[in-house]
Amino acid sequence: MSEITPETISHLANLARIALTEEEKELLATQLDAILDAVAKVGEVTTPDVPRTSHPVPLVNVFRNDEEVHTLDREAALGNAPDSDGTRFRVPAILGEE
Amino acid sequence: MKDKLMDFDKALELFEPVIGLEVHVELNTKTKMFSAAPNIFGAEPNTAISEVCIGLPGSLPVVNGKAVEYSISLGLALGCKIAEHSSFARKNYFYPDLGKNYQISQYDEPIAYDGEVEVELADGEIWNIPIERAHMEEDAGKLTHVGGATGRIQGAEYSLVDYNRAGVPLVEIVTRPIFGTEGKAGEVASAYVQTIRDMVLALGISDARMERGNLRCDANVSLRPRGSEKLGTRTETKNVNSFRSIERAVRYEIQRQAAILASGGNIIQETRHWHEDTSTTSAGRPKSDAEDYRYFPEPDLLPIQPSAELVEKLRAELPEAPAKHRRRLKESWGFTDLEFRDVVNAGVIPQIEATVALGTSPAQARKWWTSEILRLANERGVEAEELVTPAQVTDLDAQVASGAITDKIARTVLVKMIDSGKSAAEIIESEGLAVVSDDSALEAAIDQALAENPDVLEKLREGKLQAAGAIIGSVMKAMAGKADAAKVRELLMAKVSE
Amino acid sequence: MSASELVFKSASELATLIRDKQVSSAEVTRAHLDRMAEVEGAIHAFLHVNEGAVDAAKAVDAKIASGEKISELAGVPVAIKDILCTVDMPSTAASRILEGWIPPYDATVVARSREAGLVPLGKTNLDEFAMGSSTEFSAYGPSRNPWDTDRIPGGSGGGSAAAVAAFEAPIAFGSDTGGSIRQPAAVTGSVGFKPTYGGASRFGAIALASSLDQVGPVSRNVLDAALFHDVFTGYDAKDSTSLNYNWPSMAEAARLGAKEGSLKGLRIGVVKELNGEGFQPGVKALFNELVELATAAGAEIVEVSAPHFDYATAAYYLILPAEASSNLAKYDAVRFGLRVAPNEAATIEEVMSATREAGFGPEVKRRIILGTYALSAGYYDAYYGSAQQVRTLIQRDFENAFAKADVLISPAAPTTAFKIGERVNDPMAMYLNDITTIPANMAGIPAGSIPMGLADEDGLPVGVQIMAGIKKDDLMYKVAATLEALLAEKHGGSVLDKAPRSYALKGGAK
Ligand SMILES: [Mg+2]
Ligand SMILES: [Zn+2]
Repeated sequence: MSEITPETISHLANLARIALTEEEKELLATQLDAILDAVAKVGEVTTPDVPRTSHPVPLVNVFRNDEEVHTLDREAALGNAPDSDGTRFRVPAILGEE
Repeated sequence: MKDKLMDFDKALELFEPVIGLEVHVELNTKTKMFSAAPNIFGAEPNTAISEVCIGLPGSLPVVNGKAVEYSISLGLALGCKIAEHSSFARKNYFYPDLGKNYQISQYDEPIAYDGEVEVELADGEIWNIPIERAHMEEDAGKLTHVGGATGRIQGAEYSLVDYNRAGVPLVEIVTRPIFGTEGKAGEVASAYVQTIRDMVLALGISDARMERGNLRCDANVSLRPRGSEKLGTRTETKNVNSFRSIERAVRYEIQRQAAILASGGNIIQETRHWHEDTSTTSAGRPKSDAEDYRYFPEPDLLPIQPSAELVEKLRAELPEAPAKHRRRLKESWGFTDLEFRDVVNAGVIPQIEATVALGTSPAQARKWWTSEILRLANERGVEAEELVTPAQVTDLDAQVASGAITDKIARTVLVKMIDSGKSAAEIIESEGLAVVSDDSALEAAIDQALAENPDVLEKLREGKLQAAGAIIGSVMKAMAGKADAAKVRELLMAKVSE
Repeated sequence: MSASELVFKSASELATLIRDKQVSSAEVTRAHLDRMAEVEGAIHAFLHVNEGAVDAAKAVDAKIASGEKISELAGVPVAIKDILCTVDMPSTAASRILEGWIPPYDATVVARSREAGLVPLGKTNLDEFAMGSSTEFSAYGPSRNPWDTDRIPGGSGGGSAAAVAAFEAPIAFGSDTGGSIRQPAAVTGSVGFKPTYGGASRFGAIALASSLDQVGPVSRNVLDAALFHDVFTGYDAKDSTSLNYNWPSMAEAARLGAKEGSLKGLRIGVVKELNGEGFQPGVKALFNELVELATAAGAEIVEVSAPHFDYATAAYYLILPAEASSNLAKYDAVRFGLRVAPNEAATIEEVMSATREAGFGPEVKRRIILGTYALSAGYYDAYYGSAQQVRTLIQRDFENAFAKADVLISPAAPTTAFKIGERVNDPMAMYLNDITTIPANMAGIPAGSIPMGLADEDGLPVGVQIMAGIKKDDLMYKVAATLEALLAEKHGGSVLDKAPRSYALKGGAK
């Protein structure tokens, strides 16, 4: 039985950079608790000898030649950005005042 | 806030330093690690990017095969085992220099692991540095902080992001804890990074220029009380971008931590930033438990299983190990310990090697690179190798060896070669700097000098040979230095015995 | 033939008419745009209508007039799920966070369809970032099921399925991470296939869960899907997981299957775990009838057991949120998309958090939080690690099943279309809707859904799922085409023939 509290949700929301409201945290704590109870059953059938699958179709050694193919036009790249100085993407200050 | 420091020797009396080093090497492939955008330095901001570098929706990474080969070569040079099965993982954290807000790196299955690198200190002492792993990853973009007084991150109004560096291939080399370095902790750290530089230069896989960030070192330092088995809490000093700074940063952390521990304080596990200007470190991000990178296998990329043939081919192509290479050079060049240490300190081994290969004697090559060229480089604030090429040095030295110019004139010619790019012969010709080899002109100059110093001839005949200096000096002056002093002395002595 | 009748033709019929110059692509395109104008108020299948559609059609007409051989589907209009990047239309994944975003490239599958002379009609609705089974999680309001506009058209690709079932487009692009092509096809009486993982390029497909996502065709019959499949699938060096494989023609396989009229020599596996509790009686009844039909047509029916399918949904709802939480981290208000500043002095961290709070809907937030939890230090092994092991066990179940059977069948969805609003606040009920479709994504195998009739109790369409082994897409199409022909013969026509063709306006978009 997982015990997801609104504090757990706060921590996760901080890691995921989502400014959830208190109501959202309450609701998500309840929902996540139920979902985790259901999905925890994956542990019932697994034994250490079962390998983990990350890719549905096994392939290895997929490489590209070291050749320049294209670059993205800077105007096109910056044109989609919320803010720029014409050459670089502009973002608000990274740290708050000390 | 100024840190309290303990005297270095005192710190070592009380504590044993343990160091660990993380070196990031930027590979000099043509394109980036996971995209076909160019890997170039110094381009206009955001002109060397693709949709992958800035993480546009729908973009997908594809591995640069050359970067993988380079990484395997480096792994082999580090004495590592190459993983039969290696894979990429995502390291998740939000930061604006990271286009996807995760870094594609390697986690539990690095390309190379379990190695050892032989490092030679300037005094010839040998250290075997244990390597835990070397893994592939991508570099981040560059942030510029605008506003605020210092241009630093604190107090900045906003930041600008250039993603040209985002996705540049990196190999991160991680050592195991290094014990027993004692007072040489800083030296060992610095020599290790220099060895990595020599290694990647010999492999030709990186430009390895620290000032450009091609080679970056994070130094982990911890102290433990004498007699204690348990490792102390470590700090990780970043932003150290010269060999000298590595040494100083390690010493600084030893002194700073010792002061804290001795006064009963605790070391905070944190990142510290090295400040070149003040030679101090300052606290960065604390490594709190909130730091949870949520690594998981990169689903957009497939595992790497290098064939034994490829690994053996790359192994066969490895250049000689740096420390071994140095020992061989020292022996074949016949330098004394002192002479070789000068060469090592000047950082011009590759230059001397190339110059000797072109036919210059090792002694002459050493002389040029460790004295005149190094002096000019320091004066101009550039690297010696940026001033002249080994071919130019060979060209100049040949002119001296043939007697066409004197040693002294050669120095003038060197400056002119650097500034004009012309050959030594061209400069000697156009500026009339060749040695005067016409005996009659020299004899006339000697006669003139003797006439001006009538007592000298007599002194010489009495055996007071030091009197010759004045005559030779004035002849050289009259000839504007373009005379061979030995030849002048020879002609003068012939007159004495007349 | 009147222009309004054109919309009821299949893609292959339209292509033939255009090729034979009985009608132009421009006329066909206009007919579909008119149909969209007429029914969109009730259906809301589209988020964006391509203003350049008629011009694109005229360009194709010019090529056809000059005798240029383009492709078998040249001139046919296509609807594009808004998870795919298009250079000439906004690509939003039905999220506020990407509102108005126009990518600098086409998805590879879209580029290939343009090269083949297909004419993009517009972008279809979906659950935000393809997270959902009903399109109710679209930030731009739900799409509606043409059979009953009070009901969901399935999801996430409900827009594409509704567009096809409402005769707004003959074919459409879908994408399928856990059933997002097959379940909407099932509940709208349309046809949809998910190729073998790696069969279609993912480049330019906005990622939900990279190891599960696959683009596929949506249509009104098997041949159209197969023809369309041939147009856009195949190796793409821009997607590392793309299979460099010499694929046979799916259209050829479908034609062969339709002609056959018999299933003699074919071993059809019925998956025990995909026909049990929780299935609507009408769904079970139609499925049992289909099994009888297949038996009568000469198929050898074998019951196969896949014991780990019971764990597939649990594993899926760990793997998907984990990958999605990472894939969706790029929406951070820096390089593209929405930016919301909570106040003037806000730091980038605060701006990122406020933007993601405002820009993501409830299901996206739920899955990001779930995925973040599943990957967290301390929980990784119990949740994500175990889920990956379950994935291995599911693959082994399939291997065993395909040792006994050439193809596997099951109902494509446990129920017919449910009512809008019925499950939107009950995530677990919504998730359980995917139990039939998820195993195929976990194993990467090809799977599709074709309609097999209307449920007795509610008169709504029901689909049968056909699954084949890795790279056996052609076998899947062949069997699907045979079953389609047998069903049509038995019922005297296709399921969609019975679909309503006009719709009462109900409530409209939210
Ligand atoms: Mg590190
Ligand atoms: Zn690193």
